[in-house]
Amino acid sequence: MMIASVLELIFNGVAYGIVLFLIACGLSITMGLMGFTNLAHGSIVMFGGYLVVALMKGFGWPFLATIPAAFVVCALVGAGFERLLFRRLYSAGELNQVLLTIGLVFISVAIATYLWGAGQQPLQMPAYLNARLSLGLFEVSSYRLFLLLVGGAMTGLLALVFERSNLGAQVRAAVDNRQMAMSCGINVDRLFTLVFAVGCGIAGTGGALSVNLLGLDPSFPLRYLVFILIVVTVGGSGSIWGTLIAALLLGICDVFSKYYVPEAGAFTIFALAAVILFWHPQGLFGRAAT
Amino acid sequence: MTMVALRSLEPVRLLAERSRWRAAEFVFWSFVVASYFLFPGYLVLISQILIAGLFALSLDLLLGFGGMPSLGHAAFFGLGAYTAGLLGQMGWGEPISGLLLSGIVAGVFGLVCSLFLSRLRTTAFLMVTLTLGLLLREFANRWSGLTGGDDGLSDIALWPLFGVFRFGLSGHTAFWYGLCVTFIVFLLVRRLVHSPVGLALEAMRENERRAVALGISPRLMVIAIFTLSSAIAGLAGALLTQTTSFVALEVLSFERSAGVLIMLVLGGVGTLYGALVGAAVYLVARDVLSALDPVYWYFWLGLIIVMVVLFANDGLVGLSQRLQARAVRRWEAA
Amino acid sequence: MTDPVLFTQGLCKSFGALRVTNNLDLRIEAGARHALIGPNGAGKSTLVNLLTGVLKPSSGRVWLNGEDITRLPAAERVWKGLSRTFQVSTIFPRLTAFEAVVLAVCRRERLLRNPSRLLSGCKPQAEEAWDFLGRFGLTGVADRQMGELAYGQQRLTEIVLALAARPKVLLLDEPAAGVPAQDSEALFSAIENLPRDVAVLFIEHDMELVFRFAEKITVLVAGESFREGVPAEIASDPDVRRVYLGDEDDE
Repeated sequence: MMIASVLELIFNGVAYGIVLFLIACGLSITMGLMGFTNLAHGSIVMFGGYLVVALMKGFGWPFLATIPAAFVVCALVGAGFERLLFRRLYSAGELNQVLLTIGLVFISVAIATYLWGAGQQPLQMPAYLNARLSLGLFEVSSYRLFLLLVGGAMTGLLALVFERSNLGAQVRAAVDNRQMAMSCGINVDRLFTLVFAVGCGIAGTGGALSVNLLGLDPSFPLRYLVFILIVVTVGGSGSIWGTLIAALLLGICDVFSKYYVPEAGAFTIFALAAVILFWHPQGLFGRAAT
Repeated sequence: MTMVALRSLEPVRLLAERSRWRAAEFVFWSFVVASYFLFPGYLVLISQILIAGLFALSLDLLLGFGGMPSLGHAAFFGLGAYTAGLLGQMGWGEPISGLLLSGIVAGVFGLVCSLFLSRLRTTAFLMVTLTLGLLLREFANRWSGLTGGDDGLSDIALWPLFGVFRFGLSGHTAFWYGLCVTFIVFLLVRRLVHSPVGLALEAMRENERRAVALGISPRLMVIAIFTLSSAIAGLAGALLTQTTSFVALEVLSFERSAGVLIMLVLGGVGTLYGALVGAAVYLVARDVLSALDPVYWYFWLGLIIVMVVLFANDGLVGLSQRLQARAVRRWEAA
Repeated sequence: MTDPVLFTQGLCKSFGALRVTNNLDLRIEAGARHALIGPNGAGKSTLVNLLTGVLKPSSGRVWLNGEDITRLPAAERVWKGLSRTFQVSTIFPRLTAFEAVVLAVCRRERLLRNPSRLLSGCKPQAEEAWDFLGRFGLTGVADRQMGELAYGQQRLTEIVLALAARPKVLLLDEPAAGVPAQDSEALFSAIENLPRDVAVLFIEHDMELVFRFAEKITVLVAGESFREGVPAEIASDPDVRRVYLGDEDDE
């Protein structure tokens, strides 16, 4: 039935959009907060995915147990990189940032190939994530429903922290005006590390959750770099709501265009992004440059 | 002492000093010519280096002098490559007119893009150029009726250069053709950066507000330089098509946009020669390292980039200039 | 009374609900030495931005030399004869002072439209630039990168750059700000010796400089022209003392 298929497409689009949000929101905040253009963000996402594969296949962990592990490990790795490497480049201009992080992407691609081989990683999901569920009007896969629920819960938690907590207020203040935040006694150095770590943790979790949706192979960081950047730039860096709306918009458009005009491929998404950026270069919710 | 010396100098000499041909430049170009005789087995690789160098030169004009970093410059390279390829497929195989036409097509597309891009700076500029590059690649990928999609374009007819020199597998014609085109464009770019326009471009890069206060219109400068840079990138792409008789979808890829940026930074941004040196080092390294193992080329590439960013920000040309300066100081002290 | 070379008609600028410039009619006569003073927040910087084209006014007009320039972009106002300096030293760090002045001269002579001309072929422009630098005692540092110059020399070079466009109106935005005391005399004498045919509008906090050079003073308060007159009138005006000179010690 027509309505059912449209509803299912919307559902799939939202699930896809939530995943895009999870893997992109960390970059959006760090770009807005530190002005650091980190093209290696996709490598952290990939790392989260491979961690799940390694833990499940190597150590027999259940799928659900690997998700928090991915968050913790990716957050620690992110904090390490921030402290050791990225910190030195905050004032070095975006060209140097872009180059350094492209370099890291290439290194991560090579390491992933060395450790896990060049092919796709098939992942056997637990049975309850392989079912199809009826939601009255239409049927959905339980895996997508799971993504939607977990992703939605994380998004809600993130929004709550961002909007309500003292930490979130500090982050928002520092995005608005770093000098002002520093003179108000906010420890910006520590804040950067913490935010970077949380951003990487969420990205890693997104990667862990979505192995069977996005696929996992060593070229992942290059393939999804584009989607991540489009979500961030279209949403406007530093804006959590902008990023969410952009991610959902892109997710839904992508699912619809793949269903109705499969021959267009990713063209629809890129064209949409180009139109939005030409029309509003700072993104939908970004502040105009002064 | 210096004041007296300066006063006695004609002011215009200070300007002439900027654009004087240095001994190292003659050595450089002599070496390029000599490489034909020194490495006869590598003519194809050397042609590739010249083409990549020309492409990097187009980016140097934009980034090194205009201060605008592009992450999608392969769009213009690829457009030139496809234009040359399509011309050949449609039966027009005259190399020089095909080359020029490809440059013009890429330049016109660059002009159209620059009308939008002239409002943007830094991160927004990076992101929009990136999107533009992806858009064009996906377009070529999907419109396979015209571009051959993933398979690319082959069977490109190319007539002999001046009706005499055939483009063969040995690469003799490709070498001299590539060298001449690259050298001519290099001369023009070198002239441009040592003209008042070049100075205005550097001024824009150094401080846009101040440049505007001198009456330099940033919009016109961005449009002019982006168009020129696109046209040169298109020439490089067309050269690639003509010397290999093949167009792959890869000419439009993000990897190529990133690669040319890496070559330029490796060689040294804003030095003109850095573009050529960087292209040579990059392609030779790729040849050697991927012969060991194609996968780990990525690892070494990444490591090189990280090292360059952290420790040799001014690239190989900058590094050699610093070493030279140190040697001179030592020599004078002795 | 001669026609003013630069004047504004009912110039207004609001940022949201905040009206920063309010119905301002400013007249700068040809060859004037006109100072614009006012307490902090009076809207001086906004006015500079409106005159030079960095900001677009909410309403009102700007006329230069009998021509409406309200809609012209910043660079084109320079072509029409309105040059400026900046409050904070704004230079090209890696260009030499000489190169920068040559560029300003070449731009004025429209050589930027001719990419085939080499710099080494710009002999008359180079000599003119050299001459400009000489008048301000800067030839000794002409081939140094601007970023290496002392602050006072940077400020002087900025004035040279503005003059090299041969403006009709020269807008000096706090030229003495941040200049160390030992360099300020060189700067003051440079300002004193500016060509008489150029109208100079300077925005200044330094009252010594204002009363030394100004022949006419406009006091700006809350975006409006509060008083206008010759220095003696302004200095003795009790209202001006109250709103401005009185709190000068606090700054």
